[in-house]
Amino acid sequence: MTVYLVRRLIQALFVVLAMSVIVFVGVFAIGDPVEILISPDADQIERERAVQALGLDLPLWQQYLVFLGNALQGDLGRSFVFNEPALKLILQRMPATLELAFGAMFLSILIGLPLGLYAGLRPNAPASKAIMAGSILGFSLPTFWVGLMLIMVFAVQLGWLPSTGRGDTGTLFGLHWSFLTVDGLAHMAMPALNLALFKISLVIRLTRAGVRETMLMDYVKFARAKGLSPARVTFVHVFKNILIPVVTVVGLELGSTIAFSVVTESVFAWPGMGKLIIDSINVLDRPVIVAYLMIIVLMFITINLIVDLTYSMLDPRVRLETKGT
Amino acid sequence: MSDATLNGAAPAAPRKDKVETPFRRFVSEFAESKIAVAGLIVFTAIALVAIFAPWIAPQNPYDLAQLDIMDGRMEPGTVGGGGFTYWLGTDDQGRDMMSGIMYGLRISLMVGAGSALIACVVGASLGLLAAYAGKKTDTVIMRLVDLQLSFPSILVALMILAFLGKGIMNVVIALVIVEWAYYARTVRGTALVERRREYIEAAQCLALPTYRILFRHLLPNCLPPLIVVATMQVARAIALEATLSFLGLGVPITEPSLGLLIANGYEYMLSGKYWISFYPGIALLITIVSINLVGDQLRDVLNPRLKK
Amino acid sequence: MAEPTLEVRNLRTHFFTRAGVVKAVDDVSFTVERGKVLGLVGESGSGKSVTGFSIIGLVDPPGRIAGGQILFKGKDLARISEEEMRSLRGNRIAMIFQDPMMTLNPVLRIDTQMIETVQAHRNCSTEEARQRARDTLGMVGIPSPDERLKSYPHQFSGGMRQRVAIAIALLHEPELIIADEPTTALDVTIQGQILAEVQKLAATTGTSLIWITHDLSVVAGLADDIAVMYAGRIVEKGAVSEVLDTPLHPYTAGLIGSVPSRNKRGEPLRQIPGMTPSLLNLPPGCAFRTRCPRAADACMAEPAIEQILPGREVRCFRPLTGAAEQAA
Repeated sequence: MTVYLVRRLIQALFVVLAMSVIVFVGVFAIGDPVEILISPDADQIERERAVQALGLDLPLWQQYLVFLGNALQGDLGRSFVFNEPALKLILQRMPATLELAFGAMFLSILIGLPLGLYAGLRPNAPASKAIMAGSILGFSLPTFWVGLMLIMVFAVQLGWLPSTGRGDTGTLFGLHWSFLTVDGLAHMAMPALNLALFKISLVIRLTRAGVRETMLMDYVKFARAKGLSPARVTFVHVFKNILIPVVTVVGLELGSTIAFSVVTESVFAWPGMGKLIIDSINVLDRPVIVAYLMIIVLMFITINLIVDLTYSMLDPRVRLETKGT
Repeated sequence: MSDATLNGAAPAAPRKDKVETPFRRFVSEFAESKIAVAGLIVFTAIALVAIFAPWIAPQNPYDLAQLDIMDGRMEPGTVGGGGFTYWLGTDDQGRDMMSGIMYGLRISLMVGAGSALIACVVGASLGLLAAYAGKKTDTVIMRLVDLQLSFPSILVALMILAFLGKGIMNVVIALVIVEWAYYARTVRGTALVERRREYIEAAQCLALPTYRILFRHLLPNCLPPLIVVATMQVARAIALEATLSFLGLGVPITEPSLGLLIANGYEYMLSGKYWISFYPGIALLITIVSINLVGDQLRDVLNPRLKK
Repeated sequence: MAEPTLEVRNLRTHFFTRAGVVKAVDDVSFTVERGKVLGLVGESGSGKSVTGFSIIGLVDPPGRIAGGQILFKGKDLARISEEEMRSLRGNRIAMIFQDPMMTLNPVLRIDTQMIETVQAHRNCSTEEARQRARDTLGMVGIPSPDERLKSYPHQFSGGMRQRVAIAIALLHEPELIIADEPTTALDVTIQGQILAEVQKLAATTGTSLIWITHDLSVVAGLADDIAVMYAGRIVEKGAVSEVLDTPLHPYTAGLIGSVPSRNKRGEPLRQIPGMTPSLLNLPPGCAFRTRCPRAADACMAEPAIEQILPGREVRCFRPLTGAAEQAA
């Protein structure tokens, strides 16, 4: 186990390094950083001084080492737009994105699991067919368009929910969270649902497939042969078996939920990291772009690492198998 | 006891009088799902509209001379200043939404299908190479695939557009980079199974050149799963392009795709002018759903593992 | 004579699939007396398991009982409500399944799975239920039951799991246990132990047993009576010793001939040619005739099950009655 852990950590470190090279080359080497980093009004002497100060006259590999050294000290540059450290900007916005992502995952389980359970237990009922058709729509519908439709119906036509922003926030661990206030929750409802849409469909399908598969298992039939009530068979014997894979997959999806919050945050003007990166790309605020990409890569690698480790702890066979088909 | 009684339990005699070619069987199996056939018909219609948009659209939405700013943001069904009925309303610049959607479809389909095609060529080639060459080549290619697939598509696309900047070509490049890995993985998986078959050994014994074995012998046998993935990926590419354009990172404003049309309507949505965003979204939805329906059925028909 | 524990009369269990009606169990009748063991024998797909599931009321759609009676202590199980059936299941009628690796829920501890069974039928505290579970585990020969109760199924071997399953079946001292090939998946030595255990338990508690199997040697050692099923129908039944010694139906004879045995060393094994017919399109007439060495034109008609010798019933127009034919 320790050997596996160490090997996996080294692997993760290697991926981080590789990604930092890609991001560095991508952002700093494609295009001319001088043009972007230095005001066009500057005269020749000013420019040269700036080039030197930024180390842009150095060979690329040295520039990379400087970038890496700074990054390790938590310095990923200053935002041109906000004139603040890029890292600080991202971290400030992170709670908003995290609470949105977790809210969406919570909703996907809350909505997806019962629907999937029903569809799995009564596969031929009209309601089940409607649920499954809905889940196909959930996979096909473009997220951003559904977001707009939600705004149109619930904010514009019905006026029930606010369409943009985070609303009032409460403070927990020194950070601001919307889910602590009623107004904040009202603001969070639509974006979280919008972000959850895809995951709801996923959970429905997983749960349904799981239920149908588990119902055929001998142990379910044996549980029935023991004279247990249908409720006990469903909610203890079947449910407990499908809960593990479903929750695992939803956990796996955390990363992609955070990534896709870019879209939802833009639709609902939710002030998280996703909105920040889109704004930054639009005004070419490169230090922020770099900081965002590095942080999200780090998050992903951490999530993947945790998932892999959890798997190998649950199932010792995983360690022996090679991945992929 | 006669032979007839011995065969009593055997299934009924073959009833087909026509020769059953693989293609004919494929068609009849595909047609078993009515909803998939409906999807195919709808998609064909959409593709035809997109291809012939310049001839059938009531207006050329890119020709600013044809637009009347006075007709801006008109409701569906309004008759405009030029005696022209805007069945789906107009956008903020007085552009007929129906024409806009037809032209937008053209761009969406072009970008979607084009990028899927390029990604297919790139991915399938690399997948074949990985399966056939094995060893180091295989490891390098598949590590790259694994690495990329561990990041969600939107993030990869975002990263690439952050490097390259906006623009239609960059979107295509981003989509190709996002998608190639799916093709590579699929083709490698199938090719690994196929290359152990006798016909490949036979071809090797005949000392045929490698490229010929790869593309004439191995590739055709990897086609079924490749076709399924390609169909699904076209839908994904269209959706992703729309998303990127909506985020303002995609196609230029002068030639809007469906995603950009929807984005344009965003600000008017809040004042109740729903149609600018609504109808392009419906067009996008129908396109994606119809492709997915076809893809679902293709997967059922072409996947030998699901066949009983 | 006392009332039999179970009397099945003309049971029909059909599966209504899209491809047609599958008559998995067709006109099956048999009786199980108190404390007796009935061996229900047949190849896979002969309908013996479905018969078991019909008795305990666990036939899932598209299958359902299409006709006949299942009289358990005089009460027709085919006509009682699901709720009433459930109160019998696991309580007065229990079932043991084939694969012990699959019958215990992998994510629930043994105590959970036993206590829930006790409490499903008896209003008692968890502690009392645990005590009952502990006693029963001891009864089926599981050492240190206290420790074992806290384990998960994967911590047990196959034989141990089957003992646990048997213990669960015995929790309420049922009048009838349906055992669906419970030893097939086990090692031969374990199989022997379990058979001996079950035989002893049945004898001491007066429990009746239906032992479903394709293994004639198991039936020979364990059962009092035997019923041979083929293609959803019982083709022969009678006392075990008589049926195995002098089979009347060609199919029974074929089955016995296919068993490798010490006495027939060196001789080629006899086999039944062909395969079990699909239940979807059974040939008209006797279902076995396409594989039968004795088939004749008469077999184009459907044979009925008839008593042709005292205590011996057979469904055949041309039964093996003469001693000369037996030798052949």
